[in-house]
Amino acid sequence: MWWRSLLVVSILMLVAGGVILIREERSDSTTPAAGAARSDAITMSNVTAGGSPVQALPGPEVNTHEEVSAYDVAEGKRLYHWFNCNTCHANGGGDIGPPLMDNKWLYGAEPRNIHASILEGRPNGMPSFRGKIPDEQVWQLVAYIRSMGGNVPFYAEPSRDDDIAAKPPETMAPKEPMEHGANPAAPMP
Amino acid sequence: MKLLNPLFTLPFLCIAAACSRNPSVLQDPAGPHAEITGKLFRYFFAVNGVIFLLVLGFLFFALWRRRERQLVAPLQPDAQGEKRLLTGVVIAVSLTIIVLTSFVILSYAVDKNLIGLDKNPALEIEITGHQWWWEVRYLSKTPSDVFTTANEIHVPLNTKIRLILKSSDVIHSVWFPNLAGKRDIIPGHDQDLFIRVDKEGTWQGRCGEFCGMQHAFMGLTLFAEPKPAFEAWEKAQRLPAEEPQSAEEKHGKEVFTTGACAMCHVIRGTDSTGYSSNAPDLTHLKSRATIGAGAAANTKGDLGGWILDPHGIKPGVHMPTISQEPQDFQALLSYLETLK
Repeated sequence: MWWRSLLVVSILMLVAGGVILIREERSDSTTPAAGAARSDAITMSNVTAGGSPVQALPGPEVNTHEEVSAYDVAEGKRLYHWFNCNTCHANGGGDIGPPLMDNKWLYGAEPRNIHASILEGRPNGMPSFRGKIPDEQVWQLVAYIRSMGGNVPFYAEPSRDDDIAAKPPETMAPKEPMEHGANPAAPMP
Repeated sequence: MKLLNPLFTLPFLCIAAACSRNPSVLQDPAGPHAEITGKLFRYFFAVNGVIFLLVLGFLFFALWRRRERQLVAPLQPDAQGEKRLLTGVVIAVSLTIIVLTSFVILSYAVDKNLIGLDKNPALEIEITGHQWWWEVRYLSKTPSDVFTTANEIHVPLNTKIRLILKSSDVIHSVWFPNLAGKRDIIPGHDQDLFIRVDKEGTWQGRCGEFCGMQHAFMGLTLFAEPKPAFEAWEKAQRLPAEEPQSAEEKHGKEVFTTGACAMCHVIRGTDSTGYSSNAPDLTHLKSRATIGAGAAANTKGDLGGWILDPHGIKPGVHMPTISQEPQDFQALLSYLETLK
C-alpha cells in the first residue's frame, strides 16, 4: 500500500534530520583533568633581539576537542572577560599585551603552547594562572583565543555576546587572514 | 475506585506539604499591591462568572425549547412579541454598559491606587538576574553604605521599596507571588518593581521566565522583618568579612584568595580579585539560608558537597569542579564557616 511507504519515508527523514542536526557533544559537568599539561610545549621564545622579524608559525592541522565545540568556545569567551584577559590583550587586537588574533605567536601557535603560556605565564607581564584556573577552563580559553584568528571551524565560532557588545559577533567577522607584514610589527612581549 | 483514591489525593498532599505558606496573590497577600490586585481580580471573576453562567443558561434553554412548526409559515407581525424583544435588548445593552463601565472605573481606581504606592520609595534595591542566581545591591546616597549580597533580600515592614531590575545575560523575570505581579527583565532595558510588605515572614520569589537549564533553581527569598531587625542586618552586611582566628581558618583564607575561588568570587576585606557580578559575593555567606540560589541548605556539609561537585546539585551551573588537597579543602570549609 502506498501510504505505508510514505510513513517509512517520513520516519527515515526524521532520523536523517536528527543525524544531520547533531552538532557537538556537550556535557553538563566539567571533567577534572580533561587534558593534562603537555610536556612538549614551547618554553622559550624563538625571537631574538635586534634580529629577524617575528616568524609566523604555522597553525596546527588538528583542532582540539574544545575547539570544535561551540559551547566550549563560547564559555572561553565568557571567561576571557571574567578573568580580565581583555585588560591587556583587548578584544584580541592587543593593547599593552600582544595581539591574539594575528598569526604571529612568540611562544608558538599550537593549542598546547597557548595552554602553557596561560599556566606558566610569560616574561614581561603575562602572569601565571597555574592553580587559579581549572584545567578544562584553560582549554576553553585556548579554544576561544584560537577562534579569534579564525583557527576553529565556522560552526564552533561564538555568535552574539550575552551582554551588549560594541563589536559584531565572531561569526560575522571578516574571514580573510591578515596579510603578512602589512600591519606594523607586533609589540615585543 | 480504591486504586484511584490515593492517586487522586497524593498530588494535593504533596502540594500542601511543599508550601508552608500559600504562594498565591489570592490566598495570602503580603502587601497592598497583591491585596488590591487580588480584590480587583475577585470582582472581575465574580461578575464574569455570573455572566458566563447566565449565557450558558440561555444557551441550554434555547437548546431545550422545541422549535415550533409555525416557523415554516409566513411570518406574522406580533406586536406583543416585538415589545418583549425590545425590553430584552434594552436590559442586555444597559447591563453590558453598567458592567463594562464598572470594570473600567475599578481598573482605573486600582491603577491610581497602585501608582500612589510607588511614590517616594524609602529604599532602593538593585537586583540583577544572572544565569542562574540573583545579584542584590542595596543602593544608598552614601557610597560607602552600598553593599552587595546574593539570592536573598531583607526588607523592613511597611516601607515603600523600589526594586531596580537588570539582567546580565538572557531574559529573566522577578516574581514574588504574594507581593506583586511578575516583571520581565530584558538585557539592556532596566525595569523597576515597587513593593511594600506588611506581613512579617519569609516570602519566596522565583524567576518567572524560562532562562535556561537551571531556571527552576533560581530562587530569590525575601525576608520581611521589623525595622530594628532590618537595620541590624543592614549594618552587619556593610562590614567586611571578619579576620579568621585559628590556624586552620587562616590557611583556609589563603586557599581561597590564592586559588581558583578568588578568580570569580569576592570576599570584601580580603584580596580576592573576583567581581560580585560574576559570582555571588561571599562576604557574609553564612548569613544566608541557602546556597546555589535555593539549590541546597547552607550547612557545612552541603557547602562541602557543593564545592566538590556543584554539577551534581545544579547541573549546568557556571561554577567549575576544582580538585583540592583534602587538608586544603577542610581548611577552606572552616574558613567559609566564619563568614557570618
